[in-house]
Amino acid sequence: MSYERALRKPHGNGSAAPKPDRRQRRIRDWAPRMSVPDARLPQVNVSRDSRPASAAPPGAPPMPTPSLRVGAPPSVSWGRLTELRGPGVRPRSLDARALAALAANPGCRRRALLDGAGIDKGALAQALGSPAAYGQSQFAIVRGNAFEARVKGDGGTELLRLLHERLAPGTPPPEPETVATPDLSAAGPEGRAARTALALREATAAGGWALLDHPMLAVEVAGSPAYVEPDAVVVHPDGSWTVVEIKSFPMIDGSADAAKVGAAARQAAVYVLALEPVAGHVGAHTGRAVQVRDRVLLVCPKDFSNLPTAAAVDVRKQLATTRRQLARLTRVEEIAATLPAETTFDLRLTDDGTATRPPEELAKAVETVDAAYAPECLAACELAFHCRKRSRQDGAVEALGRGVRGELGGLGTIEEVLAAAGPEGASGLGAADPDDPAVVALRRAAALRAEALAGTAVPPQRTKEAGCR
Amino acid sequence: MTATQDPRSTTNRPFDPAASAAAATDAILRDTLHGTRRGVVVDSPPGAGKSTLVVRAARELAAAGRPLMVVAQTNAQVDDLVLRLAGKDPELPVGRLHSSEPGAFDPVLAELPAVRTSAKIADLAGMDVVVSTAAKWAYTKVDEPWRHAIVDEAYQMRSDALLSVAGLFERALFVGDPGQLDPFSVVGAEQWAGLAYDPSSSAVSTLLAHNPDLPQHRLPVSWRLPASAAPLVSAAFYPYTPFRSGTGHGDRRLAFGVPGDGSGVDRVLDEAAESGWGLLELPARHTPRTDPEAVRAVAQVVRRLLDRGGAATSESPASAGGTADPVPLTSGRIAVGTAHRDQAAAVRTALAGLGVTGVAVDTANRLQGREFDVTVVLHPLSGRPDATAFHLETGRLCVLASRHRHACIVVCRAGVADLLDEHPSTEPVRLGVTIKFPDGWEANHSVLAHLNEHRVVWRP
Amino acid sequence: MSLIETLARIEAAAAGRARPRCTVRHRHLSERPLVFVPLTTAGEAGAPLGALVGTDREKPALLAVPQPRDRDLRFAFLAELAETVLPYVDGFADAIEWEERKETDPETGKKVPVQVELCADAPQLIVPSAAGIEYVRLLGRSMRFRRTAEQEPEAPFPAPPHVPLLGRWLTHFGERARVPGAGLLLSMTGLLTRHWASGQSVLEDQHLGALLAWIDPPPGLSGREAAERAESARDAAGQLLCPPAGPATDPAFDNRLLAPAMARYDAGLPGAEDELRTLVEGQLRPTWDAVWQGIDLLRALPVGARVADRWKRDRWSYTAHRDRVRAGEPPQPKQDDAVTAAQKLSARESAQAQLDAQEALDDPLVMAGRRLAGEAFQGTVTDVEMAMSEGRRPMPRPLVTLRTADHPHLAEGAKLYRPLADGRTQPGEFVAHAAEEPGVLVVRLTGGMGRGKTPEPGSVPEPADVVCWTLFEHAPRGGPELPDPEDIPWTHGGPPPAPGDPPHAAPDPVTAEDFL
Repeated sequence: MSYERALRKPHGNGSAAPKPDRRQRRIRDWAPRMSVPDARLPQVNVSRDSRPASAAPPGAPPMPTPSLRVGAPPSVSWGRLTELRGPGVRPRSLDARALAALAANPGCRRRALLDGAGIDKGALAQALGSPAAYGQSQFAIVRGNAFEARVKGDGGTELLRLLHERLAPGTPPPEPETVATPDLSAAGPEGRAARTALALREATAAGGWALLDHPMLAVEVAGSPAYVEPDAVVVHPDGSWTVVEIKSFPMIDGSADAAKVGAAARQAAVYVLALEPVAGHVGAHTGRAVQVRDRVLLVCPKDFSNLPTAAAVDVRKQLATTRRQLARLTRVEEIAATLPAETTFDLRLTDDGTATRPPEELAKAVETVDAAYAPECLAACELAFHCRKRSRQDGAVEALGRGVRGELGGLGTIEEVLAAAGPEGASGLGAADPDDPAVVALRRAAALRAEALAGTAVPPQRTKEAGCR
Repeated sequence: MTATQDPRSTTNRPFDPAASAAAATDAILRDTLHGTRRGVVVDSPPGAGKSTLVVRAARELAAAGRPLMVVAQTNAQVDDLVLRLAGKDPELPVGRLHSSEPGAFDPVLAELPAVRTSAKIADLAGMDVVVSTAAKWAYTKVDEPWRHAIVDEAYQMRSDALLSVAGLFERALFVGDPGQLDPFSVVGAEQWAGLAYDPSSSAVSTLLAHNPDLPQHRLPVSWRLPASAAPLVSAAFYPYTPFRSGTGHGDRRLAFGVPGDGSGVDRVLDEAAESGWGLLELPARHTPRTDPEAVRAVAQVVRRLLDRGGAATSESPASAGGTADPVPLTSGRIAVGTAHRDQAAAVRTALAGLGVTGVAVDTANRLQGREFDVTVVLHPLSGRPDATAFHLETGRLCVLASRHRHACIVVCRAGVADLLDEHPSTEPVRLGVTIKFPDGWEANHSVLAHLNEHRVVWRP
Repeated sequence: MSLIETLARIEAAAAGRARPRCTVRHRHLSERPLVFVPLTTAGEAGAPLGALVGTDREKPALLAVPQPRDRDLRFAFLAELAETVLPYVDGFADAIEWEERKETDPETGKKVPVQVELCADAPQLIVPSAAGIEYVRLLGRSMRFRRTAEQEPEAPFPAPPHVPLLGRWLTHFGERARVPGAGLLLSMTGLLTRHWASGQSVLEDQHLGALLAWIDPPPGLSGREAAERAESARDAAGQLLCPPAGPATDPAFDNRLLAPAMARYDAGLPGAEDELRTLVEGQLRPTWDAVWQGIDLLRALPVGARVADRWKRDRWSYTAHRDRVRAGEPPQPKQDDAVTAAQKLSARESAQAQLDAQEALDDPLVMAGRRLAGEAFQGTVTDVEMAMSEGRRPMPRPLVTLRTADHPHLAEGAKLYRPLADGRTQPGEFVAHAAEEPGVLVVRLTGGMGRGKTPEPGSVPEPADVVCWTLFEHAPRGGPELPDPEDIPWTHGGPPPAPGDPPHAAPDPVTAEDFL
């Protein structure tokens, strides 16, 4: 995780809505605009039970209800979450990257609530005056798109060759002209998801190789469907399916940046999860044993070129993690129930997208639910700069790193720690328990530090002005 | 939960542990003595008779006129093996190769008639069996390699340590427990991650990566772990290589002469005597590692174990027929396990304060390979504000939960389940590295879920 | 993070200014380091965008690639980099000293002393951050397998001879940088975080501008304010006031300034190249200045006593690589073989142990951390009782009683080490805690008192002396010898293919099309 990456500013003015063009899709998954169970939106009337049926194309059997029963129980009042977003505000759907990021700080109730309620954290952070620092260079986007196009070019011949080599050695290699590449275009994410399910069924029944380019899959998140879009899914002749992730970081001499591979694996795990219910259904329908492989194919540029190479990545651990993090999103309604009745995160946007809600008021609303800020959030959550500011104001020791708490026991703030480290009886707080081993150790540490520094301290001298001042 | 499922519940024949273990041992010895491959790998779960196997294989090789070298990882392990070899066959010529430092080996060895000790390999020429640590063997030069070797605790040996001794032998039997603590390095070794010979990985991973078709065996029966513990330890830590207890429910019994006084400590003792497990749960609180309340609770549990006149009845040896007599639970049969050295030191001080002596108090690392009637464990995550990779390491919990013959009592603060749930999982993934199962997170959750069924909530 | 370091960070957070972690400087700083600040093109592994490099803080050489997607321009950049850096690296090759070393005589097999060359000084590269070190490795990997016209007259795109040579040197520096305490290639964030504790997290310390802000804030601002400003303050045009220390660029810079300028360059507009160079320099210069500011801060610290000893190892490392290059050995392979990997790991483990020991011995503040961790203890001698060892030749084994407030983790018979004023180490062993008297313990001295029946004067501490014992060795020895690579045993895959066999030394293929 690169901290500098986290500090980058988005290009454009940050709050611009992503356009679902092909270029953007590679970078972030499709964010559906009209596919959410929100009673205030007349054009959708999607309850949990009717959604699968309505999502399927006419004539096709209903899509399976995901076996992954994540989200709030049926009794949940969706109105509450709507109130939190504000009247007329559409919930923001979580993409695969956001779903994968749930594991980054599962202890944070603030994040769970905001994500679960579909609140746009980026816009919220902007309105709070602590905008997120994400952004993507257009060079990286162009390169990523060019690479993906190269990988999939020529009917996916190279992609299938790599997949066969890495995941199915010893079986007959795919003949380029026999690989099916079904057309998955359809109207809207639901239509595309249904089209994908149908294509998977047909390809599996046919018993050959098939390459699905940008299929659309649904995952149920906190009771509502989120649509995710893997780079590709390959159907093997044996009826198993492989998720393909295409990334533009290099594999040099067979190894790659482990943090980036980890992120790719967590993202791929979301796709595997989303495929599982479809596989169950296709299996039942075709009578074949359909298996979603838990080894995904990661395709990256080889060395310093943009010729593709690939590695199989075992995502079993990421699957387990993602499963339980999605299951824990059921807490959203519980958390919402603890908030004061009038709480809302509505930004009161004007028509041109400017937030008119006073930042202090928003800050107060955000304060009603606890955050579990840690520096790692800076690279994983849009609200992190706001939470860091608050955490620092409160003097929370976690602002210095998660590991800091380890030896401090019950001491949670800088003030408490310094009071404990001070000489016995001399502290203003006087609350430090002299029998607490943390207090004893801190006192010892402070005394040893002071002893070592006495007379030797070399305060840094100010040097000439540096360029960035 | 899966922990209580019998891995072989589908078969109808009654399970005969002795026969099953004997069949496994025979197959191992066949491959070792008569096989054509250069290596044989044996996975041994806790208490499955690994040392017995090593001693037997060494004696049979020697008896067949094939002298061998034995590689163990620590001096204590080497001394223990030499003692066992001499115990089985006092006539067997055994060499104990040791370092030139004073006190390098157990002085008891000097009194064994057929055992010769030396710091120089030349002095041990002609001995049937020569035993030493991997570290000492690495500095040893021989003209002709040994035809045979046994490498003990091979999963705790690092790949680079094997590299420096593998030239000393032509073929070897590798024995170890894959569920215990992995070897580690104090410096980064990421640049070799994914290479078959990654020097920081375990000797067995490297061996099998280069020789994937070597015969691999597994000892199927734990003679140490009671029927109450084997299913949990097997399911939580050995999900793909299940094992069974050699004893049935009711074969072992732990009883107290003095009835409980109703306190939390006594209630958890009764629960553990009854079920083999006990969780003494203290109120949730963030504490430093040496949580005084938890440390005191551990010490009190030990004190009461002794005060209440505990007695452990084990199954009778197969030959004897009847029931064995109860053996008093003395301090030498009890151990306390912790994650950190300072915790062990704090427990020792607390025990001394209660007048208890002779109880082994140590970290998981140092308790590896040891066995007691009852263990008292300070849970590695008790009171922690955060879980770290160290505290979640599967092997650590596995060692702590698998040292006992009768019962294991865990002292822990409430809130560990939440702590596990809130643990961020953003691990890096290195290409080509085989992932290790089970995951520490999962293993911790399954152990905790099981312990919760034997929970005594106590506010000291 | 150890408790004593946590406390330092907490003090810094409360004070709004970094606090010292050391009382001396623990890394060698060259009098003439080469500072290297590279930038790379977003999304491309092998496409540098530019760099500032040089030994003169006022006159860095600016290298820029106006269009990174053009292979000729990329190769020209690497050639220019080699022309700039290699003279510096080679500049240390010929000033030598003679050292005596034991080597095995190939005829007799005996160890005999030989005189060998040791370069009197060595080059030192300083990059802004850990990512910069990674980038040096990447450049090394991309350059060292390039084929020159001399090697392959027919091949297209031959590299100038010094490009693969610089690749080998950069690879060497990159590998050396993995050795704890080594100083041929250092990152400024690494240097600064070793010596100061900021009031922010380790993660945030990776931002060189923010880290410097904590250590040396501008007048009128607290460290925290200055750090937050360095992280995210932007000008009216949306550009960061303190650009990232690289090699990654800020996306806002890429999208708003760099991309249009490249488009103008691609269109062949006059002055476009100069404009691009100015843009790239504008991103690099603040980081360049920040690195030199860091160097000034570090130079103000007195150097640790054992730093020169570690730098000598760096000189050996430099000399050895110089010899390999001179002997015409092939470039370092893409992957280490089993023996090389094991040797490196073993060498790094000993270097880590040695570094930990030396830093503690050089610096009371570091020793304080070891004392707090129970790995050392300091106290006042209260009694010395003479005793002799048993055996044929009894030797002095005095018992020293010590009062200490430290809580060492001692087991009976534990080995102890005492640093002596002359730099030697005196061994001892723990005997016992004094009964009924907390904080008093007895140590037996087991050596370092000369060969006589009475200890040499001054070799035994006296009552009222303040002494410090460590539980760790002061000069830990390295691991055992490993087999030669051609003797790699069957457990580790057997001997590697001979040099020159694929896939080990195969150069990266040069394709007709520019696949970037």
